[in-house]
Amino acid sequence: MIVSFLNEYGSALITAILTHIKFVVISVSVGFIIAFILGIVLSRLPKLSSIVIPILSVFQTIPGLVFIGVLFLYTGIQDLTVIIALSIYAIFPILKNTYVGLITVDKTLIEAARGCGMNKFQILIRVELPLASAAIVSGIRMSTIYTVSWAVLAAMIGLGGLGEFIYRGIDTNDTALIVGGAIPAALLALAFGFIIDKIQDKLTPRGLKRE
Amino acid sequence: MIEFKHVKKAYQDNVVIEDLSLTINDGEFICIIGPSGCGKTTTLKMINRLNKINDGEILIDGENINNIEVNKLRQGIGYVIQQIGLFPNMTVAQNISVVPNLLKWGKEKIERRVKELLKLINMPYDEYAHKYPRELSGGQQQRIGVLRALAANPPIILMDEPFGALDPITRDILQDELKSIHKQLKKTIVFVTHDMDEAVKMADRIIFMESGNILQFATPEELLNKPASPIIKEFLGKISYSHNANDLTCADVMRTKVFTVNRKRKTLECINMMNQRDIGSVIVVDDDDKFMGIVTIETIKEKGVPGALIEEILDRDVKTVLINHNAKDAFDEFYDSKLDYLTVLNRNKTVAGIITKTSMAKALASLVWGENNDS
Repeated sequence: MIVSFLNEYGSALITAILTHIKFVVISVSVGFIIAFILGIVLSRLPKLSSIVIPILSVFQTIPGLVFIGVLFLYTGIQDLTVIIALSIYAIFPILKNTYVGLITVDKTLIEAARGCGMNKFQILIRVELPLASAAIVSGIRMSTIYTVSWAVLAAMIGLGGLGEFIYRGIDTNDTALIVGGAIPAALLALAFGFIIDKIQDKLTPRGLKRE
Repeated sequence: MIEFKHVKKAYQDNVVIEDLSLTINDGEFICIIGPSGCGKTTTLKMINRLNKINDGEILIDGENINNIEVNKLRQGIGYVIQQIGLFPNMTVAQNISVVPNLLKWGKEKIERRVKELLKLINMPYDEYAHKYPRELSGGQQQRIGVLRALAANPPIILMDEPFGALDPITRDILQDELKSIHKQLKKTIVFVTHDMDEAVKMADRIIFMESGNILQFATPEELLNKPASPIIKEFLGKISYSHNANDLTCADVMRTKVFTVNRKRKTLECINMMNQRDIGSVIVVDDDDKFMGIVTIETIKEKGVPGALIEEILDRDVKTVLINHNAKDAFDEFYDSKLDYLTVLNRNKTVAGIITKTSMAKALASLVWGENNDS
């Protein structure tokens, strides 16, 4: 059964997976850059962040379906629509983890760093970011895995990806198509998670690793 | 030289330090002590501007610290905190080289300095330089904390209860090491503590603070003998409760640094060694370091033949006590004997230490004014 499925849809599946990966990688990258900068800024401004973060978390609860639907009215059927939507959704987990990771750095270490004569930028680069890195990476991991599943929505406006299989399967009541889209999506999420874990393991200094 | 001139510090309307003036000379070891909330840490952190002052001025070698760029100032002052504050993402070597790095020293110069510093505290470079803080014990971590402060060779070191979180034995060892580092390097050290024993042990002069004021600024002796205020007296008194004279053993009242000679030494050698150390007698031990007896300089002069071995003339019939023996009994025995000291032995007959009049007096003094832990 798998063989016949692959015979019939093999090349379409590969195209769909690549499109899916493209959406995920671009959206998470864009989301990361925005979230990382915003997270650093907010961690310096506790008053502002007590307003901004709740607002963002409300945004997060708007269903992706609704958001892409609305956005598509303005930007039309193009990759950009999907990328904007997914990037916005990718921001929040990274932003929140960056922010929390930074504000929970042990205050005595910051004081030690100030006492050594580091300026604010040096403290951020040499002490705070390395110590928050585990939290930041786990935010990226979360975003990436969410984005894999949200990217299914791209097919809703006809932009391909693994969602296409799923939607077509639903429309034609073809279980094989639904599963044929869903399983690669799940595997993709696992694969991304695995790769990020590996990268994190490589980048974390021994002094910060848990036993 | 560090000078405070009419320094005032307030948090909003809450004035913690009203009007503080003091002078710390170069190379002095100063302890600031006082009850919690007396302003001792606040005062310390004013020196490296971690605390801003509201009025008055602080001068280092005549220069107002507010006129020095703040990070430059801090790079020139070592800083050690109670929580140690080693950066967990950096190795021992990286932690030590934080300030030299900020000062943009060359790589080789930094590595040389790290080696030199680790040598100072007997932690081999090859074994420790590439370890991370959490791979070290608390005592080792704080040693590295001290080295980080010393790294760029600043003339002044500020220490905020650096040994407060360590167990009493480790604390004692680190105190000794710091004392010897201070002697070798002649830094000006300002050391905050709430432990009077620590202050008395370490300081050249002690600043006793209460409610933001200096109650007394004096040498340890002066402070112990003539406490300037009832508050100081009470502070000194608190410490002494922790010990009971009847519980003391010989281990508590003995001196552990003892000079011993092997039985095979020649008499003339022994005389020479005694002269060098200005002592009147030596303890003779056998090849397993077990106690054999004592030889006094008089005995050697009387019976000694040039070239003879020391074991031929030693007095084997001397009083000794076991290390866990009650100190009072030992004291009585010691008092009745004509000896200058009483030898204290471990269970395996090796020499643990000696009780002298001085070691006894020290132990008694610490009973009255507090011992070096439990406070």
